[in-house]
Amino acid sequence: MDKGKGVMGSNARRWAVDFSDNSTSPSSRDVPDPPGFSRASIDQDDSTLSRQKKDAESNWKSQKAWEVAQAPFKNLLMMGFMMWMAGSTVHLFSIGITFSALWQPISALQSVGKIFEPYKDSRVELLGPKLLFIALNLGGLALGVWKLNALGLLPTHTSDWVSSLPPAQEVEYSGGGLNLR
Amino acid sequence: MAIRVFLIVLLFLSFTNLTYSLYEDQVGLMDWHQKYIGKVKHAVFHTQKTGRKRVLVSTEENVVASLDLRHGEIFWRHVLGTNDVIDGLDIALGKYVITLSSDGSILRAWNLPDGQMVWESSLPGSKASKSILHIPKNLKADKDDLILVYGKGSLNAVSGVDGEVLWKKDFAGESIEVSHIIQSSDVIYVAGFADSSKISVYGLNAKNGELLENNHAALPFGTFGELLAVSGDMFVVLDEMRSKIVIVHLKNGEISYNQKHISDLTKDLAGQPVILPSRLPGMFALNTNSYVLLIKVTNQGELVLVDKVNNGAAVSDSLSISEDEHAFAFVHYGDNKIHLSVKNVNDWNHDLLKESIVIDHQRGKIDKIFVNNYVRTDRSHGFRALMVMEDHSLLLVQQGEIVWSREDGLASVVDVTTSELPVQKEGVSVAKVEQNLFEWLKGHMLKLKGTLMIASPDDLAAIQALRLRSSEKSKMTRDHNGFRKLLIVLTRAGKVFALHTGDGRVVWSILLPSLRKSEACENPVGLHIYQWQVPHHHALDENPSVLVVGQCGPSLSTPAVLSFIDAYTGMELKSLSPAHTAAQVIPLPYTDSTEQRLHLIIDDKQHAYLYPRTPEAIDILKHEFSNVYWYSVDADNGVIRGHALKSNCIQEAVDEYCFDFRDLWSVVFPSESEKIIATMTRKSNEVVHTQAKVMTDYDVMYKYISKNLLFVANAAPKAAGEIGTVIPEEAWLVIYILDTVTGRILHRMTHHGCQGPVHAVFSENWVVYHYFNLRAHRYEMSVVEIYDQSRADNKDVWRFVLGKHNLTSPVSSYSRPEVIAKSQSYFFTHSVKAIEVTSTAKGITSKQLLIGTIGDQVLALDKRFLDPRRTVNPSQAEKEDGIIPLTDSLPIISQSYITHALKVEGLRGIVTVPAKLESTSLVFAYGVDLFFTQIAPSRTYDSLTEDFSYALLLLTIVALVAAIFVTWVLSERKDLQDKWR
Repeated sequence: MDKGKGVMGSNARRWAVDFSDNSTSPSSRDVPDPPGFSRASIDQDDSTLSRQKKDAESNWKSQKAWEVAQAPFKNLLMMGFMMWMAGSTVHLFSIGITFSALWQPISALQSVGKIFEPYKDSRVELLGPKLLFIALNLGGLALGVWKLNALGLLPTHTSDWVSSLPPAQEVEYSGGGLNLR
Repeated sequence: MAIRVFLIVLLFLSFTNLTYSLYEDQVGLMDWHQKYIGKVKHAVFHTQKTGRKRVLVSTEENVVASLDLRHGEIFWRHVLGTNDVIDGLDIALGKYVITLSSDGSILRAWNLPDGQMVWESSLPGSKASKSILHIPKNLKADKDDLILVYGKGSLNAVSGVDGEVLWKKDFAGESIEVSHIIQSSDVIYVAGFADSSKISVYGLNAKNGELLENNHAALPFGTFGELLAVSGDMFVVLDEMRSKIVIVHLKNGEISYNQKHISDLTKDLAGQPVILPSRLPGMFALNTNSYVLLIKVTNQGELVLVDKVNNGAAVSDSLSISEDEHAFAFVHYGDNKIHLSVKNVNDWNHDLLKESIVIDHQRGKIDKIFVNNYVRTDRSHGFRALMVMEDHSLLLVQQGEIVWSREDGLASVVDVTTSELPVQKEGVSVAKVEQNLFEWLKGHMLKLKGTLMIASPDDLAAIQALRLRSSEKSKMTRDHNGFRKLLIVLTRAGKVFALHTGDGRVVWSILLPSLRKSEACENPVGLHIYQWQVPHHHALDENPSVLVVGQCGPSLSTPAVLSFIDAYTGMELKSLSPAHTAAQVIPLPYTDSTEQRLHLIIDDKQHAYLYPRTPEAIDILKHEFSNVYWYSVDADNGVIRGHALKSNCIQEAVDEYCFDFRDLWSVVFPSESEKIIATMTRKSNEVVHTQAKVMTDYDVMYKYISKNLLFVANAAPKAAGEIGTVIPEEAWLVIYILDTVTGRILHRMTHHGCQGPVHAVFSENWVVYHYFNLRAHRYEMSVVEIYDQSRADNKDVWRFVLGKHNLTSPVSSYSRPEVIAKSQSYFFTHSVKAIEVTSTAKGITSKQLLIGTIGDQVLALDKRFLDPRRTVNPSQAEKEDGIIPLTDSLPIISQSYITHALKVEGLRGIVTVPAKLESTSLVFAYGVDLFFTQIAPSRTYDSLTEDFSYALLLLTIVALVAAIFVTWVLSERKDLQDKWR
């Protein structure tokens, strides 16, 4: 690379076309525009082209965003299947699955902004995908919570709250019985 | 949630392990067993030249035993039933030990070397009388050696070979109290009193029991006490005023008597004289209050005072040492020494032996002495003496020293309490630590060898020895797990022992001076022992102390004796002899600033006396004045009464520590249909973890937990006796659960066709009781659980989340909560001597019932077997919850005997104490034997097992670290080589 640079100095350039030159005033040029060439029309063409390109990009972005937003759905289905496989008794496997089912949506929800960062565009409406994403993850979370409840690990019963309540103190004290011996 | 997970894990653990059991090599690691025999009543020496020398004893605990004379160990031992009191013991034919028991109605022969029973014969009779066992030398009837037994009003001649009754002479119709059997060649004389003033002597033919002669003589005065034979034809007895000695002379069937004033013999006579029952030829001993007089009876019937010994002397029976020589021993106690003299009966001035032996003054005076002689190498006579001390211990003295001693007072434990050990002090010396470290390493290396199975048999033995005598368990300081404690036991002799739970050794003992015989206190008895002061945080520099409550006699109207003992040193801190009696002692749930517990002692006139007698205690009681209640159970009249504190006593002398009661309520049981046979309350120190019981469907039942509950079992009056005396239609058992504050009956249930004895245990909200079902001819156990319905509507979770419930606010019995009771009954194979329940520090661990069976073992039975929720076909959820399918009888799993292969002979009580470790409960069972162990009803889920190999763990960690290091080095090297390539 360095070699090439050494051979082809800036003085060695014979000609150059500047494609980026899109100035509209012909006076700025040494050479007049060829006949029939309208500088303005090219300009216009250029702009439509780039708009189209941008539209395609934003379309693609929004499509991708929707895809990303829908991704947890598959996850949800898989989780559901795994939970069904895990059964409803408390053991290592079912607890692990349930906790991962809880953890995934939570971590996903925490990084909603990051996930949709690449698709951020002024013209792309991300609210919809985001909402869907959040809704699906919340669904996943709900599934996890439901599983937790199904395993009996959620304090939803009165028994969960009273099982550690110490007995009430008594006001009165009574002693006695049969006479000694 | 965590608790839930914990409980579920716990449940799984307990589910996998229905029984508590241990491996063979774990025996003796945490348990200890001590064998005793009790206070010796009779002793017979067996010191033939061949064979092992032994002494045969019978005791007040109804034990007949053969002891090694060299070491005092038990060769063999038999514990007869509680009603089978031994009256006589002797050796017959040189090979049988003969015992007479049950008021002279059962005669047994035991093989001398091994204690097997050879024969037993029952000698029925109608009249209760004194029982006498007399084994005459060389008396034969048709080649059979005779054993003469007087009991139940008749004289029996029993063959010594097979126990057959050869002849029988009934004296039941003669109204004579036979007190002596005298044998002279072929005639047997039976002497006794009728109406304490008429002497009768019967002469019987030894061959066939034929009545040969019959003499009577009436004395012009009554007599006191027993007739004592001083020679073949002479008797002495006291007259009814106890001022004269009557000498009765029997000559050729003629009865003559003369009498002599005791004051003629000695000038300074004080108190009531008693003739001691020692059999001495031509002599007798008279005990006055201050002296023991040794009086010789001449052939002419004259009395000569030969010696006067200080009080507290014991006199042995005579011992024939050669043809015409008889020796006897007398011993007395003075300035921490026992002075033992053996004298020849005929030659008074000459001592055969005179010794002084230093003795622990906690053994008290000498109660009884038995002597035996042996021939020394120089052909002179040596003597050994077996002494029974005031504290019921047994000593063998020979050649001026105590050869062995046995603490047999521990066979009669009356009550037990526990005390913590002192906290370990800082600053242990370095040398000790180093040695300990070395020992520790050595021990663990050995253990590691054992785990890796490379240990030699010697190593294995060393490992087992190391485990058994681990110095850790017998240290004198508090341990982290709370396994080391002091068991403080009160024995019937009035001696208090502190036993170490680690190895059962006696840490200290004290013969309570206040429970010894004195002028003010004739027959003191220790009744109960209470924890008086249990110092915690702010009073840690104080030693804990216990309170011993006794009274001066067997009846309730004798004054109380209180004694306070330091639990660390065993010193009596103070003793009180209050004027009032002690019918009941109520430890109150309040302590003062030095953590002394307040106690109310209630006398027979229903006054309450507050202890400790400090103004602070009064302030505390005044503060809780309206909340202190008292109930009394009058079993004779079938009444239970409730009382409340009213005011200070109205007496002549003002006593601000004395309080009066007012009657609040009474429950009167119909006396024609019910009689109180058992009552039971909860232990006052029991800790309950939770008030809720969770059902399988996550529903909650609230336990009715109250300390003021009383379980009462009433039997039909006809069926109050023994099993089999009534038909099922006449027997019923009514059980009540009462609130002792309000007198409210919470539950009542009738078991038809059932009768006592009832043994019950009350814990948390349930009571389990054991009784006999006459219809099914089997024992039964029932469980009653009480639930509080008034709390049942606390079902809204949000109220708990927000903390808006009043389940933990103090409750009063007067709020009359609605309760329901659930119960279930099961058959149980054994009859039961005692029931207890395990207790743990926080009450989380599931409970086991400890059942003292008739075979003197302790069976641990899971409470889950006694659960009213059991059904024949429990649902899956119920099974998961640990509910066992209902069966008609409770299983007895032989691995769940916590006494494993041992027997706690004469089992009387079981005590459980929580350790600091929640899973573990300490169990102490006492009877004639003592047994201690630790049990974990749900296994030790909170600690590593004892055989966990720390060395293996350490080795694994070291190996892993080494492996990590080595692999790291290797990988570094490889990386470097890769880079050079």
